[in-house]
Amino acid sequence: MNEQLSWKVGGQQGEGIESTGEIFSTTLNRMGYHLYSYRHFSSRIKGGHTNNNVRISTKEVRAVSDNTNILVAFDQQTIDVNSHELVAGGIILADSKFKPEKDEDLDVQLISIPFTATAKELGSQLMKNMVAIGASARLMNLELQPFKDMIYTMFIKKGQEIVDSNHEALLQGYQLMDDEMDTITGDFEMLPSDSDPRLFLIGNDAISFGALNAGVRFMAAYPITPASEIMEYMINHLPKVGGTVIQTEDEIAAVTMAIGSNYAGARSFTSSAGPGLSLMMESIGLSGMTETPLVIVDTMRGGPSTGLPTKQEQSDLMQMIYGTHGDIPKIVLAPSDVEDAFYTTIEAFNLAEYYQVPVIMLSDLQMSLGKQSSAPFDMSRVEINRGKTITEDIEGQDDEYFERYSDEEDGISPRPIPGIKGGIHHVTGVEHSPAGTPNEGPENRQIQMDKRMRKLKDFTMEEPFKARGGVESELLILSFLSVNGVANEAAERIDADITTINLKQIHPFPIDALRPYLDGAKEILVIEQNYSAQLQSVLKMNYHGHDRIRSHVKYDGTPFKPNEIEAHINSILKIKEVM
Amino acid sequence: MATFKDFRNNIKPNWCPGCGDFSVQAAIQKACAANGLEPDELAVITGIGCSGRLSGYIKSYGFHATHGRSLPVAQGVKMANDDLTVIASGGDGDGFAIGMGHTVHALKRNIDITYIVMDNQVYGLTKGQTSPSSDKGFVTKTSPDGSKETPIQPIKTAMASGATFVAQSVSSDIKQLTAIIQQAMDHKGFSFINVFSPCVTYNKVNTYDWFKENLIPVEDIEDYDHTDAQSAMQNIMAHEGMLKGIIYHDEEAKSYQEHIDGYLDQPLVKKEMTIENDTFNELMAEFR
Repeated sequence: MNEQLSWKVGGQQGEGIESTGEIFSTTLNRMGYHLYSYRHFSSRIKGGHTNNNVRISTKEVRAVSDNTNILVAFDQQTIDVNSHELVAGGIILADSKFKPEKDEDLDVQLISIPFTATAKELGSQLMKNMVAIGASARLMNLELQPFKDMIYTMFIKKGQEIVDSNHEALLQGYQLMDDEMDTITGDFEMLPSDSDPRLFLIGNDAISFGALNAGVRFMAAYPITPASEIMEYMINHLPKVGGTVIQTEDEIAAVTMAIGSNYAGARSFTSSAGPGLSLMMESIGLSGMTETPLVIVDTMRGGPSTGLPTKQEQSDLMQMIYGTHGDIPKIVLAPSDVEDAFYTTIEAFNLAEYYQVPVIMLSDLQMSLGKQSSAPFDMSRVEINRGKTITEDIEGQDDEYFERYSDEEDGISPRPIPGIKGGIHHVTGVEHSPAGTPNEGPENRQIQMDKRMRKLKDFTMEEPFKARGGVESELLILSFLSVNGVANEAAERIDADITTINLKQIHPFPIDALRPYLDGAKEILVIEQNYSAQLQSVLKMNYHGHDRIRSHVKYDGTPFKPNEIEAHINSILKIKEVM
Repeated sequence: MATFKDFRNNIKPNWCPGCGDFSVQAAIQKACAANGLEPDELAVITGIGCSGRLSGYIKSYGFHATHGRSLPVAQGVKMANDDLTVIASGGDGDGFAIGMGHTVHALKRNIDITYIVMDNQVYGLTKGQTSPSSDKGFVTKTSPDGSKETPIQPIKTAMASGATFVAQSVSSDIKQLTAIIQQAMDHKGFSFINVFSPCVTYNKVNTYDWFKENLIPVEDIEDYDHTDAQSAMQNIMAHEGMLKGIIYHDEEAKSYQEHIDGYLDQPLVKKEMTIENDTFNELMAEFR
């Protein structure tokens, strides 16, 4: 029996591959297994190879698996493209419709099952995925009832007849596999799960639900991969709490509309990916200069230009830190995992309003779209902090302009929202006086610039990073976003003093909090998914021990696998032994 | 009740003496007072250019945004607080060059704000370059041989974009302009006013006198019906956009906000920010 298995389903895009993976994995989550999934897809609607990989475990998993145990193939291409990833003795369950063949040199088993033919006999070839799920369930010796329950909830709206035929497809798949069990070798059975209730969601859902809980009541956005799920979630769910979403003409409209509504006092945001963020740069400066709170979610994908729109990368980092002309205070955050994405999103909105600055919430494609298990969210941890926002009439201010940009010790001035009595003030992207009127005088300029930049001078969030391991280490590994899970798993596999840091506060760089770990490490390794080692550069700008800082990057569009990082760590530790 | 003086502050505009923008400023102040507004109920959102400075010259909440972006900021303000009266304003460069995408989409979206363009057919603040509404042959620093492009006709673009309120006037006719702004603010939906606001420094062709001679009041056109889009468009084309008055007004159209269930019950800024326990659990259950 196995503690974990990796199951993959593949076929042509638009053929129901995604829903096959979805039904299978959602059921397993409900059974209490920990899951981590990865979708391979292209920028086209129909056609082209697509696959959905689900890692199933009895313990927490936050990374794709090193290889595949079970491959479900709806076409020959799926076998050709993916069978090399199978473990020795791994198994391919293929639709007999396309007369499947495997590479004879590979040590894998091929079982041909009439997925399509069975489904057709039952009335619709759409149900071929249920046949495949039934076969998979038998192979892994899983109970059928949870799958039947899942089918019921999914299809009862379409009528009992549809439910019944899907149940039958599931059962026949199970039976067809049962008939083959004598012919296969190896163990594909899962250990029982702990049956604890867990969420199963993509990072974009966690971010969206976080935004809803942070008090967001307005969103303006433009569709883009891999961010669109956020606006789609908000479109479907904001009305439940009285809010609304506008799909704008472009990303510039999206971000400036969000600035307008934040200025007017309604918590608002936008979400996009690299190309959209490039368009938003000038407006991020407007938010910084006018001290208007703003949250932007950047779900990174492969760049530059259109780049790899459906592939994993972390290459927007430098632009997110340094983008926009001129100097502004800005916060850049990176949730450590999908569960943390919920809480960090809420924090992003609080920080934006408290410090009156733009906050960029980073994600990457694998965190945004990879569906994974998470502990349920804790509502008691949800807090809303509006800082110096004034939402009630101010007495005795009737004839004067309110000093919206008064020079305060902490740099944060009171912020009346438009519509209240006594709060009238002017806001401009031009350098301005305390009352917000344009003022380009050198003395005023210096006071206002100092005031703005002072807001984040000593800023460190409550948990700027998550550390696993001690302050002293043989090797300290720094990573962010979806690479965290892979780095953590790789480090755990190796018997050495390795500390991993999952960085959450990217900018301002939390060097003071990090320094003890950096000083205590014999070697420092920064692992990230971009060509130019952007996070490593940021570290080097902030920390002097350059001779101990190493880098490991990947920019081929696919997520790191734990064994890739494991091998790299081993090579570093070996080099050290030799020296 | 506030008078137009309550919409004044003590800041002296940096416009050239004789600039058309002074009268637009006065017309807005008069229209706001005449419509019974208080300064704290008004938000003026502007772009960049000479006219963009307007937000600082009217006593009200004001937001001077980036070049071409007054409209999305203004729409965001209105969406957040429907109780506010929102005026967006800027020049022809702001609205018909860098911001044209937003102009067309604001027209088709129909959020209940008023957009006043001060159209002087030239770039003033950058000291005299050709603008999207400059006439063909217009000579500037960037068109020394005369502009080679066909000028934008703002009211024609507005009609083609599905506008529900379109008006055009000239800044010298402050009485008509005030009346138009009043009606525009009362209109439920997006109201677009193109105001020819002569640049006395960089445009020696399209002067106050030139507009007096060339603009045709719609009242002078026989059977002009400003509720009839087809007739409005025909007249715009017949007179090359040189009309003056309320060009088109669809009094039946619903604003964007009216299409959102429950939106008008309470402005978003006044809505509860925390989520009920039951709602939280119900929404979280969707992730199981």
